[in-house]
Amino acid sequence: MFENLDALLLARIQFAFTVSFHFFFPAFSIGLASYLMVLEGLWLKTGKSVYLDLFKYWLKIFAIAFAMGVVSGIVMSYQFGTNWSVFSDKAGPVIGPLMAYEVLTAFFLEAGFLGVMLFGMNKVGKKLHFFATFMVALGTFVSAFWILSVNSWMQTPTGYEIGANGQFLPGPSWWDIVFNPSFPYRLVHTVMAAYLTTAFVVGAVGAWHLLKDRANPHARKMFSMAMWMAAIVTPAQIFAGDMHGLNTLEHQPAKVMAMEGHYQSHPEGAPLILFGIPDSEAKTVRYAIEIPKMSSLILKHDLDAPLAGLDTIPDDREPPVGMLFWSFRIMVGIGFAMLGIGLWSLWGRMRGKLYDMPWLHRAAVLMGPSGFAAVLAGWITTEVGRQPFVIYGLLRTADAASPLDAPAVAASLLAFIVVYFTVFGIGVWYVLKLMSKPPHAGEYGVKRGDVGPIRTAGITPGPTQNPGGEETLPTEAPGEKEPV
Amino acid sequence: MDLTVVWAFIIAFAVFAYVVMDGFDLGIGILFPTFKAGRERDRAMNSIAPVWDGNETWLVLGGGGLFAAFPLAYAVILPATYPLIIAMLLGLVFRGVAFEYRWRDPGHQKFWDMAFTGGSFVAALAQGMTLGALLQGIEVVDRSYAGSWWDWLTPYTLLTGLGTVAGYALLGSTWLIWKLDGEEQAHARKLAVRAAIATIVLMGAVSLYNVTLNAEYAAHWLTAPQIYWVAPVPLVTAIIAVSMVRAITRDRNSKPFWLAIALFFLGMSGLGVTIWPYVVPPGLTIWDAAAPERSQIFMLVGVAITMPLIIGYTAWAYWVFRGKVADEGYH
Repeated sequence: MFENLDALLLARIQFAFTVSFHFFFPAFSIGLASYLMVLEGLWLKTGKSVYLDLFKYWLKIFAIAFAMGVVSGIVMSYQFGTNWSVFSDKAGPVIGPLMAYEVLTAFFLEAGFLGVMLFGMNKVGKKLHFFATFMVALGTFVSAFWILSVNSWMQTPTGYEIGANGQFLPGPSWWDIVFNPSFPYRLVHTVMAAYLTTAFVVGAVGAWHLLKDRANPHARKMFSMAMWMAAIVTPAQIFAGDMHGLNTLEHQPAKVMAMEGHYQSHPEGAPLILFGIPDSEAKTVRYAIEIPKMSSLILKHDLDAPLAGLDTIPDDREPPVGMLFWSFRIMVGIGFAMLGIGLWSLWGRMRGKLYDMPWLHRAAVLMGPSGFAAVLAGWITTEVGRQPFVIYGLLRTADAASPLDAPAVAASLLAFIVVYFTVFGIGVWYVLKLMSKPPHAGEYGVKRGDVGPIRTAGITPGPTQNPGGEETLPTEAPGEKEPV
Repeated sequence: MDLTVVWAFIIAFAVFAYVVMDGFDLGIGILFPTFKAGRERDRAMNSIAPVWDGNETWLVLGGGGLFAAFPLAYAVILPATYPLIIAMLLGLVFRGVAFEYRWRDPGHQKFWDMAFTGGSFVAALAQGMTLGALLQGIEVVDRSYAGSWWDWLTPYTLLTGLGTVAGYALLGSTWLIWKLDGEEQAHARKLAVRAAIATIVLMGAVSLYNVTLNAEYAAHWLTAPQIYWVAPVPLVTAIIAVSMVRAITRDRNSKPFWLAIALFFLGMSGLGVTIWPYVVPPGLTIWDAAAPERSQIFMLVGVAITMPLIIGYTAWAYWVFRGKVADEGYH
């Protein structure tokens, strides 16, 4: 299957595959943890059971998504060493500590409080349980903070020294390393992307159940909350994305040139190429639909500002244009579609018809997975855009890999592909199965085949293998009424 | 104070915490097929469901900490044991999702129980073999792994792999003695006795093998004056082993588990004596592979602040779920 590929390319495919798959889960669980915290907080504040029901409904989904995120994340923490050992040796003194901080301040926090969040509602009391939920949500955010700092340092390295043995060493200030120039922008843009991803999933589930029963108060509540997020966060995200782009123009201009499809420099104002087909051989975008001078207006806030093109960059320092050109347009396109949904919902809300607009609901269902697509396209843009470097301008990807032979990497890549598609495919199926059930009053939380009423030691259970819990009944069908 | 030594002990602590804490999770996975489908399996699973994720995090600290504190060791060991690490990671994938999936899909619960066992067994075996591959020595040239594809597969690494599987089964079964009661506890006792015997035999075999691996290891154990310092290790181990087997057959609570942990502690101390001062024998000492002082200090501040908190809330999470499983019902 992979016999014609070299070890380096295989290692790159493996990293891209495993990290893309992995990021789907945190992109969802960062937002969902915060959503759960908001739901539980509103329940504690208002005492309205609809919030508790929604909390329990989404908690079951969170448990699966989080488990998938954990197991795919551990793969990432070891893959730096297994497949990128030269990079690990050289960059370890600088980025290793940041990743250690991620483990110490985020992973333990999430994992330590997760058990109480999932199973401890009746053991610790409401307020302490809310605290546990808060800690899990905080942990997901802190985790994003550190890992995005690492990624950003690799994009815009600052605060380092080069050691005699070729290692990157920390300079006198860790602040310069952690808060490197692209980090604040990437952090804000990524965390908002995670919130939007979750909001559109929640919105789609709400809309799906509204299409079946527009009176369902639980579906109404989650749909309304999600649409507020879409309306408020999407514009903020578009603004943050624009700021991030300007930051990239300053520090990684070649990436922006490739995103824009600017093979040539434009000394008198560059056009915005909406669509077209990049041809890197001929160094031109074919069939381009352009708005004259618009790119200069967006990037320089001046119609006539000169913009350099890839002709100013040596060929061996250029990222691949075609992939960036498309991934960037997909991300931006989805962003504006999200904005459209947000505005549509505001219009409906103003008319008091938010729950009576089946076309809005259908569109929201269709947009359910859009956040994942946008997040993936965005990461492709930023990661492919820093090629051919792994530490921008300083260490080439080609010089960073482990001394492994192609068949070894091909075998592991094949194993990852098979296992990830089956295991996570099944997990996503379980999540969809949970989502297909309408949320209702008296929702169950995460039950574990409850062994029923308290039994004293030594009494053997009856003939049923899984007494009690609704989730273990084999006859269960979507929408079936559960015992309250 | 030499920060490199401090960091060697911190990493050793993380590895020990991982081995003990995820060890009993993985051990339960390894023993899972011997439990009756239904109540016994459910209770065994429920006894670790709230804590396994935190336990596994110590593996990330061990790996991430090694990356941060000894980047060269991380960059050498992982390529050298590539197939083992990949197998471990994939094993942990199956093991981890099985916790959720087996409840989601009653029609395929048996399949996910098998995945739970298979994943746990592969992960444990791969971890033990990785340890063996490290102890038997890794060839390094020019800051890079220079051995061949199959260096990690030897009779010795198979021995350390099986020893780890047995040891985890011991931890898992003694944990279940603590967390279960009735006939399920009686079953756990039976399993624990067998696992204890297997662990003690394999530990002894690995220890003897270690001394023959290279002259330097032997010198750590068999020459004066060290011999006076290290001789108590095997002696105390023997005493612990005997009292552990006695406790397994009699105690109703946590004593067998704590003694199993003590056994692991002594085993790891023994490994420390053997390998010191190398992080990647036979060539790289901890000082060769250490990160610069600035990295060490920066992380040490983090460890000093967070580690007491981590231990505190982890202990609290265990406390919340204390007692025999299902005595209070699970919701």
